[in-house]
Amino acid sequence: MSDGARAPGIAPWLEAIRRDRKAAIGAALLVAFALFGLLGPLFVGDPTAFVGIPLQPPTWRHLLGTTGEGQDVLAQLVVGTRVSLAIGFAVGITVVLLGAVVGVTAGFYGGRADGLLSLLFNVFLVLPGMPLAIVIAAYLPSGPLTLALVLVVTGWAWNARVLRAQTLSVRQRDFIAAAIVSGESDARIIFSEILPTMTSLLVAQAIGSTIFAIGAQVGLEFLGLGDVSGVTWGTNLYWAQNDSALLTGAWWTFAPTGLCVALVGFALSMLNSGFDEVTNPRLQLERDWRAHLAAHGLGVPRSTPVVPDRD
Amino acid sequence: MTEPVLEVRDLCVDYVAAHGAVRAVDHASFRLGRGEVLGIAGESGSGKSTLAQALLRILPPPAVISGGEVRLEGADVLALTEAELRAVRWRRIALVFQSAMDALNPVTTIGEQIVDALHAHGDMGPHAAHERAGALLESVGIPRALLEAFPHQLSGGMRQRVCIAQALALEPSIVILDEPTTALDVIVEREILEQLRALQRRQGFSVLFITHDLGRMLQFSDRVAIFYAARLVEIGPAASIARDPLHPYTRGLLRAFPSLHGDAGVLEGIPGAPPSLQNPPAGCRFHPRCPLVMDRCRVVSPELVAHGPDRRVACHAVTPPAPAEVRAPA
Amino acid sequence: MRFLLRRLGFYAVAGWVALTVNFFLPRLIPGDPATALFARFQGRLSPAALQALRATFGLTPAPLWRQYLTYLAHALRGDFGTSVAYFPSPVLSVIGTALVWTLFLAGSAVVISFALGTLLGVVAAWWRRGWVDGVMPPVLVFLGALPYFWVAMLALYGLGFGLRWFPIGHAYSDDIRPGWTVAFAADVAAHAVLPVGSIVLANLGGWLLSMRNTMIAVLGSEYVNLARAKGLHPARVVLRYAARNALLPNVTSFGMALGFVLGGSLLTEIVFAYPGQGYLLLQAVRNQDYPLMQGIFLVITLAVLGANWLVDIVYLWLDPRIRDTAS
Repeated sequence: MSDGARAPGIAPWLEAIRRDRKAAIGAALLVAFALFGLLGPLFVGDPTAFVGIPLQPPTWRHLLGTTGEGQDVLAQLVVGTRVSLAIGFAVGITVVLLGAVVGVTAGFYGGRADGLLSLLFNVFLVLPGMPLAIVIAAYLPSGPLTLALVLVVTGWAWNARVLRAQTLSVRQRDFIAAAIVSGESDARIIFSEILPTMTSLLVAQAIGSTIFAIGAQVGLEFLGLGDVSGVTWGTNLYWAQNDSALLTGAWWTFAPTGLCVALVGFALSMLNSGFDEVTNPRLQLERDWRAHLAAHGLGVPRSTPVVPDRD
Repeated sequence: MTEPVLEVRDLCVDYVAAHGAVRAVDHASFRLGRGEVLGIAGESGSGKSTLAQALLRILPPPAVISGGEVRLEGADVLALTEAELRAVRWRRIALVFQSAMDALNPVTTIGEQIVDALHAHGDMGPHAAHERAGALLESVGIPRALLEAFPHQLSGGMRQRVCIAQALALEPSIVILDEPTTALDVIVEREILEQLRALQRRQGFSVLFITHDLGRMLQFSDRVAIFYAARLVEIGPAASIARDPLHPYTRGLLRAFPSLHGDAGVLEGIPGAPPSLQNPPAGCRFHPRCPLVMDRCRVVSPELVAHGPDRRVACHAVTPPAPAEVRAPA
Repeated sequence: MRFLLRRLGFYAVAGWVALTVNFFLPRLIPGDPATALFARFQGRLSPAALQALRATFGLTPAPLWRQYLTYLAHALRGDFGTSVAYFPSPVLSVIGTALVWTLFLAGSAVVISFALGTLLGVVAAWWRRGWVDGVMPPVLVFLGALPYFWVAMLALYGLGFGLRWFPIGHAYSDDIRPGWTVAFAADVAAHAVLPVGSIVLANLGGWLLSMRNTMIAVLGSEYVNLARAKGLHPARVVLRYAARNALLPNVTSFGMALGFVLGGSLLTEIVFAYPGQGYLLLQAVRNQDYPLMQGIFLVITLAVLGANWLVDIVYLWLDPRIRDTAS
């Protein structure tokens, strides 16, 4: 991310979705998954019910086949969507908020506070996340709350780092110096002057953190640290591995779930990169240039091209 | 003028954008003689740097050369292939950028970068190349030992000298100096320019000296060209222009620069601001700010016409339109 | 040089934080940790094992700060206590061989994906022609969004189980004797293809895109433009002037990503029943073998910190500006 001083609020994101195809695709996918998760359960049966012979390949009755426990894979996928996405977004937003508190404080106040806070988040950045999450989760009762907790503990540091850097650069700008000199309180400066310039960055970070949260969540559940009696994407994969799906050839028990995880991650990434492209004028200029050259039948040259005008 | 070393005719350079191209250089025409120093003056954004880089064809996207001719010692630069361009660059025409810190590779030594230029254009053995690099550094007043130094270890002035030494590595016919001393303090600036002039007299290369500092330029140049809003508006011998500027813009520029000698005079700025190149004024681009503006100026764009044996001006007030307007060489 | 020492100090602090977290975790269980643990393991552990468990966690009657110091002293000696599931083996010896396999797997995967990704990224930045340049980033993003272990599952299913091109698990065949022979090495390599391959596949896109984007930015810089103006051969411009500089931020992010990649590789090990730390960790979680779990956490953390320090050394070698910074 280059410059955080963009127009505040959600408007630039809607703009990006409108103008960039990648962002539009990402947004569409997300909406599809949201509907899938919210409304889907109304159309499928109970995912934990025993519905047929275990490990049956997809048929018309069970579009994605049955699991090793004789449950309907599609039902599990649909019901699992809700919890997985909910935890993912909740954690994503939480880590950004936490990271913002630490990062902005460190960047704004500088000095020893900054040194201490920076040391803190740098340490958390370097400690390997998954082993730490596993150790913490093992001591706490299994369930979505524990999961959310360990995800927050392992995920906040990156946001703190990014937001501190951004605060440092915004802090040096003239309007902040003016506000400080005119006696505005620190809290006012932070909330009314500094944070508004970073809203787009915060949204971008939230999206990135959500991607992390969903992936890490699925990984931890795969290990058995989630609530294995619950129905989420991760626990689906846990049971698939447990029931030796791979070695019995039951690809339908794990393939669709992983695909969903990837699609959601992909959709979120597309939103972010589409936004980047739209707000980075240089990329747009290059594209126009290439189009111009192509219109004259030229490929991309190494040196400045000579394209005679019909002058 | 004997056979010019550089001949530019009607050069046009555009920056392409979806909503319409921006013309940064509009039908520029001039010549550069052998051993001559031609100064190019103009405000920031007037197109001077674009012109310089266009001559080497190293402008980054979205720049496009959309017309004109550039003859470098007879060769048509605009028609050269990649390989031919590579052979011509640095060997015949070299460039010194404004910001020397950004112009040097931060992770390789000074010596290595100079030797790179030598190796790319000849079969000099490593030892000979090293020797020559050392000699080049000494010629600009830098100890040979600094061949092993990295750019960040040198001061701004030294880095700029390194860039100059690098530019002279292959004894080119033309050296383009693009705002070479803007980032330096006045004393260092003077030293470097003096050194440059000494080298120029000794080796006989031509110089294209681009700057917004008119005073400096008049001191060091033989001839001077004035750029305004992507167009060449006046060109002629430095002394002549200093004594008797013709174009209203040139006159405004000279009045805005104090002279260290002579009367204090009255310092005046030029009212208004340079136009945006995206939406330039119709007719003469200077007309909104010109004290001599006439009706014709608002409609018809003045051509660069001869005024006397060695001057050319693009101004309706100075050169009233003749029945047949012929462009004569300067 | 001071740079390296400063970094070492930082890693020491990080290691200390890890140790401290390890110390306090068992004490987070509500109530008296000793009783709580006893209650959890009652009936499953012999009294001797319980005693060892107590000792491992330093749950002695001594005051907290003394327990802490004892714990630190033990840790620095390499005494991580006794495993519950593999009682009476000390944790460190249980971890021993598994560590070698994890380092082999994760190490090769990380090096291959970074090297390949970086190289291809340079190519992608230079060769930006046509539709490939527009389509490639989203495709790579999609690949990167695939969970590592899921890719592993697919690979195992498709290429191992389905096509039978590769073995479907473990580090080497049952019928080969481990040793420094070519046959064994070949067998190990064959068993490593799928696990390493899936990690590389999931990881590659990220490095590729990152290097490509950095390269594109660097290719627009003044010194690259001047290199072109000097008439240097394009290969030299791309490698010596552009790539060499674009590499720097990517080496930095490589260090930061090591912990993350290691996490993913642990999960991959589980899919392939590879006898590394990941597999061990799974067993530890299943058996609630806390000493082993915490031991693995510490060992992995130390490995990551060590690797980070190596990356710092490489960075020092690559960037001459760092060598001269005194502060």
